Amino acid sequence: MTLDEILDIEPFSLNSEEKHAILNDRLRQLTVHHYKNCEKYRRMFDATGLDINNLPEYEQLPFLPVRLFKEFELRSCAHDDVVKTLTSSGTTGQQVSRIFLDREASSYQTKCLTRIVSHFLGTKRVPMLILDSSAVVKNRAMFSARGAGILGFSMFGSKRQYALDNDMELDIEGMNAFLEAHRGETIFLFGFTFMVWQHFYKKLIESGYRPDLSNGILIHGGGWKKLISEKVSPSEFKQALNTVCGIAPENIHDYYGMVEQTGTIYMECKCGHLHTSAFSDVIIRRPHDWSVADFGEKGLIEVVSVLPTSYPGHILLTEDEGIILGEDDCPCGLKGKYFKISGRIKNAEIRGCSDTYAAKF
Amino acid sequence: MRKSAVVVIRMQQNSNFNLLYPDTIDWDVFNNNKPSVPFAESVIDYLSALSGSLLKDRQSRLYPDVITFAYFCRKSNLLKLKNEYIDTAELRLGRGVAFHIAPSNVPVNFAYSLVAGMLSGNVNIVRVSSKEFPQVDLIIKHMKDILHAGTIDRQKLPQIALISYSRDSDATAFFSKMAATRIIWGGDSTIATIRKNELPPRSFDICFADRYSIAVINPDAVMKADDKDMNRIAEDFYNDTYLFDQNACSAPRLIFWTKSKSLNEAKERFWNSIHDYTLKHYNLQAVLCVDKLTAFYRQSIDMDIRIDEMPDNLIVRTDILSQVPTDIDSYRCAGGYFTEKTIDSLDEIAPVISNKYQTMAYFGFDKEELENFVISNELKGIDRIIPIGRTTEFSLTWDGYNLIDMMSRIISVK
Repeated sequence: MTLDEILDIEPFSLNSEEKHAILNDRLRQLTVHHYKNCEKYRRMFDATGLDINNLPEYEQLPFLPVRLFKEFELRSCAHDDVVKTLTSSGTTGQQVSRIFLDREASSYQTKCLTRIVSHFLGTKRVPMLILDSSAVVKNRAMFSARGAGILGFSMFGSKRQYALDNDMELDIEGMNAFLEAHRGETIFLFGFTFMVWQHFYKKLIESGYRPDLSNGILIHGGGWKKLISEKVSPSEFKQALNTVCGIAPENIHDYYGMVEQTGTIYMECKCGHLHTSAFSDVIIRRPHDWSVADFGEKGLIEVVSVLPTSYPGHILLTEDEGIILGEDDCPCGLKGKYFKISGRIKNAEIRGCSDTYAAKF
Repeated sequence: MRKSAVVVIRMQQNSNFNLLYPDTIDWDVFNNNKPSVPFAESVIDYLSALSGSLLKDRQSRLYPDVITFAYFCRKSNLLKLKNEYIDTAELRLGRGVAFHIAPSNVPVNFAYSLVAGMLSGNVNIVRVSSKEFPQVDLIIKHMKDILHAGTIDRQKLPQIALISYSRDSDATAFFSKMAATRIIWGGDSTIATIRKNELPPRSFDICFADRYSIAVINPDAVMKADDKDMNRIAEDFYNDTYLFDQNACSAPRLIFWTKSKSLNEAKERFWNSIHDYTLKHYNLQAVLCVDKLTAFYRQSIDMDIRIDEMPDNLIVRTDILSQVPTDIDSYRCAGGYFTEKTIDSLDEIAPVISNKYQTMAYFGFDKEELENFVISNELKGIDRIIPIGRTTEFSLTWDGYNLIDMMSRIISVK
């Protein structure tokens, strides 16, 4: 199957056997492609002792730790063909991942994201309320994964309105006018989980302003890590938002994704589970020996995607831990594996006399 | 000295450090303490009392590193060392205040550094890691017991201050002003950070920087060993490496095997027995598995290697197929990551040895053979050659420094 054919598949329609066959075929194809076009990938692959002419099932193909994209320029297309370089968010001083896209890879990312998101939002573009400040996108210095995420999802909006002004205060006037103009229409809300909570929900509580977003569908991502101190559970999050703006809890969707595999995101269904689509898969690995964990067993998350062609990121080991809850049998009716994220892997506590003063004393 | 007394008052009010031993201290008085001759009787008596106290405590048995330390401090061992280290024709005295900055991650190291400072005749200030270690608490508890028991005359108690403080404290600057010798354990960036604090003109640093260690193994010796020997070798190798997460400077990371018909068989036997032992004793953290996998791919990008199959991630081994690059020491990873290379003769190792190399552990070689190798190749590195199993053993000669000589001064009388 070509990538175009794969992306024509209904995102949540394949059962495990059908999907396994397609992924096997595609991921082997991509492995050979990167082997031929990225010298560093070829060297890594060869060091594993696998035979490129006799590739195993995709569960046995080499998975690259995402950290490698911070340390190396991993590219499977010509330098001149790079049209876009994505970088991960990272605090100052931290190295960031660099993901190189050529025209084709970039357009397939958009196409794939559209296929997955339209399943939840419909194929028609709708008015979009961005739960963030316009400054994030305007200000190049602040431009980050947050800005990139907003821009990426903006293609689903017919009209766009930011909920927060440059000072991160509610733009009540702007929102009122926007909601008035689109009364009765579906409104697409987008934001980062932490921003939605800290700057949208809390400001609504403070100000007493209660916009009517009962026609809203919220997609939010970026993780719960920053919310841990707030002790908000996903169901409390949904309930709280419902109380202040009337959005239905089943229309609030968290998503999991990473810059290293932009396009193949994992959306939360109405039952509160993250779902793999036909275009990607999640494998949970036991750290002790990298064997595949059972459903219900916590381990490190490996993500595979049919998309990456311009960089060897089709099979990656993340530093997140998660649990597969089941496959093809989620009560929401969507096919594919469904899972949850347990958090980030714990930092090492190691002994020894190597350099630790600067970092730890 | 008045000047530092003024500083003392400010420091104590700000409590920029914690005093762990003794209960109180007057830095002015402390600073005026006199150095003594190396291996002074009062020091030997004190240390053997500490040794006895530790060995009597059942708690100590939980920590093999504490027991090893206690054995090191036995009177018989100290007298033996005195014999080795003292030249009776020479007149020596400690240099004054020795200020030790212990590493944050090897619990008992602070105590060895202290002992070296005491045996060379100094008054000692030791900065202990602010990280919690039961071994550290235990040793300090016994030091306090001796202090409070009163069995040793107060006048004869060695002058020791154990302190801890955080990175942002200005205590390093303060104690550095007192130091005749400053002993810095830690990596290269620790040393750079500490060195920003000036020492008095006649004082100097003894630095224990980032080091790299290797092992050489003779496969025929592995095949000759019986099963009991093999179990012991596994335990020995474990203590060299995994006991401190393969993160001690002395832990072998690069292993050279000499060529032999039985090479493959010997490697399998060696690693299987280490795997069995590690499986029972080592708690492998998930993040270290990711670290090791990342290290493997990183290394494969820069040199020709092949991974060696193991049943799990406890031991990650890669074989270098080409020449060993000279920067091989930067391809390290904690928690059981080994690079291996087969060689025709020891001389093949020589080109990569820089002054970063500390320990060469060995199995199945004559000591003389290895000595010859170091001398005939005029190596810039390798400060110690020691059998597998003994790499973490403390010695008063460390990283090529004779600590007794370094921390004392010679008085020439003509």
